Amino acid sequence: MTVTLDHPPATAPGRPATPGRLARARTALGGSGSAAALFLLAVLLVALAAPLLAPYNPDLQSLLDAYAGPSGAHLLGTDGLGRDLLSRLMFGARTSLLGPALVVSVALLVGIPLALAAAWFGGLVHALVARIFDLVYALPGLLLAVLAVALFGPGLVPAVAALSIAYVPFLARIVLAAARQQRVNPYVDALCVQGFGAVRIAVRHILRNIAPVVVGQAAIAFGYALLDLASLSYLGLAVQAPTADWGVMVSDSNALMGGYWLPILAPGLLIVLSVLSLTVVGARISGERPQPYLRRRSRTRPTGAAA
Amino acid sequence: MGRLALSRLGGLVTTLLLSSLVIFGSLYLAPGSPEDVLFGSRTPSAATRAAVRRQLHLNQPLPVRYWDWLTGVLHGDLGRSMVTGQTVSSRVGDGLGVTLALVALSMLLVVLFGVGLGTAAALRPGPVDSAANTVTSVTVAVPPFVASTLLISGFAVHLGWFPASGIGTGALGELRGLVLPACALAVINCGFLARITRNALREQLAREHVQTALVRGLPRWAVLRDHVFRNAVPPIVTAVALLTSGMFASTLVVETAFAVPGIGMLTISSVAQKDFPVVQAVSLLLVAAFVICNAASDLIQALVDPRLRTAGRTA
Repeated sequence: MTVTLDHPPATAPGRPATPGRLARARTALGGSGSAAALFLLAVLLVALAAPLLAPYNPDLQSLLDAYAGPSGAHLLGTDGLGRDLLSRLMFGARTSLLGPALVVSVALLVGIPLALAAAWFGGLVHALVARIFDLVYALPGLLLAVLAVALFGPGLVPAVAALSIAYVPFLARIVLAAARQQRVNPYVDALCVQGFGAVRIAVRHILRNIAPVVVGQAAIAFGYALLDLASLSYLGLAVQAPTADWGVMVSDSNALMGGYWLPILAPGLLIVLSVLSLTVVGARISGERPQPYLRRRSRTRPTGAAA
Repeated sequence: MGRLALSRLGGLVTTLLLSSLVIFGSLYLAPGSPEDVLFGSRTPSAATRAAVRRQLHLNQPLPVRYWDWLTGVLHGDLGRSMVTGQTVSSRVGDGLGVTLALVALSMLLVVLFGVGLGTAAALRPGPVDSAANTVTSVTVAVPPFVASTLLISGFAVHLGWFPASGIGTGALGELRGLVLPACALAVINCGFLARITRNALREQLAREHVQTALVRGLPRWAVLRDHVFRNAVPPIVTAVALLTSGMFASTLVVETAFAVPGIGMLTISSVAQKDFPVVQAVSLLLVAAFVICNAASDLIQALVDPRLRTAGRTA
């Protein structure tokens, strides 16, 4: 990932003023990162408020209006069954975001405790956990999902379950590496001597210190999970056809062969923009570039704890 | 080098054994029993069911069947398709060549454009670099299925230069049919490789011995050839191997999108038909391709970079 200094080091050490939360976030994200974060926020809001915002019922068919172009009644036109494209895109955002959100949540819930335990105990535990991560990492997620669908039938649940397993090492390997770096810091020993419990130190101190790495990697994983699930829905293996979903919408082969590009291009573009934004934001959050709030806090910490 | 190869081989065999266990064992997680697929909606008599179970060796204990299956696979006997009755190896054999050709063609494109773009970005800071950065940022977010639909829409439907689905006959027709799928696979990977190439070259360009050589007046091309490119090769080669492994997974999507009769499409259609012996064999093959590419990346790295040969592990 490229590191560009497109903002002045406004919050250099020693600067007394504490900018607001929003301003700090903007500085940390940079120009493109802020734009990407805004886009993601917009998609999230539309997904949440889809029933309020959508002009039509996304499943309402009107065969006489099939593949109608953009008009006053249908801002983006209609699809092959005369369903309003804009409404379907809005409702499609829900299914398209729900799947990856589940994948990342499950992977984090499984991966973080394993990674923290491995970093804390080291030795044999670390060797075992790292070996398991390596083994699972060697299996392609898409294939695991296809296998799950072969067994349990098509649907979002088997696809999400299989991808969750596949994404555990993607997240946990990074967490493990970062946590191991923290583990050897004197502040951990100091807390141990003061009598704090292992769980408390691991969660409240180590995990907190590596939070940017975890959150950043989670955002990137969210993007890839979105991509994988959309691919599976496109193949007809995850989200099923009548449901509005971006991946399903791209698979409209009648529109493709008939030369109607909007019903395919619009959901495709949304997928690309979402994944792009998630990678940009994720890279910015976890990037090597020192972040102002990290730098400020690191001075209160014993000897160079910033990872 | 020998030790490294041996340890990698050990890891490879472990992973393959484990995945074969997962692939074989997963069949028994499935609701219903395998022979139900054959009967479909019909309800067979108990005698018929028992006969079928015997024929499929379903009456034997699980470890015995796993052992039989595994030894069969190692002898090239992948079982028989439950739907068409053909041997799985003949069905897989037909598709394997197509898939390998597709991945090879796509990788050729990725290496040409990815390394080219990355090199241009590394050597020309400023507008070229930022333009390349924009291009790669976008391409790494374009999933193969979106690229497929865009390419079909543009080059197959509108312009009619390439077939929209299936591949032609003969070497030339086959090649023509593989061009668009290869491009669709290449888009996302080109972006990744360009970024890795750029960063690897930049890292070497910033090294002190490179700066010294340039300051002393050595010709730029000689410095680039002997000190920059040579040292930047290991990460690039590793990336190529890793991207190739990922490509095998992506063939599932791209081959289905273009109806290319490779093992990717075979997997998806067998999943739809619940043809488990085929799904098992093809999954194992795809995992093997994936894992072998991963392991190869380590070995190639050690081959091109002598410093890594003595180290037992590259971590």
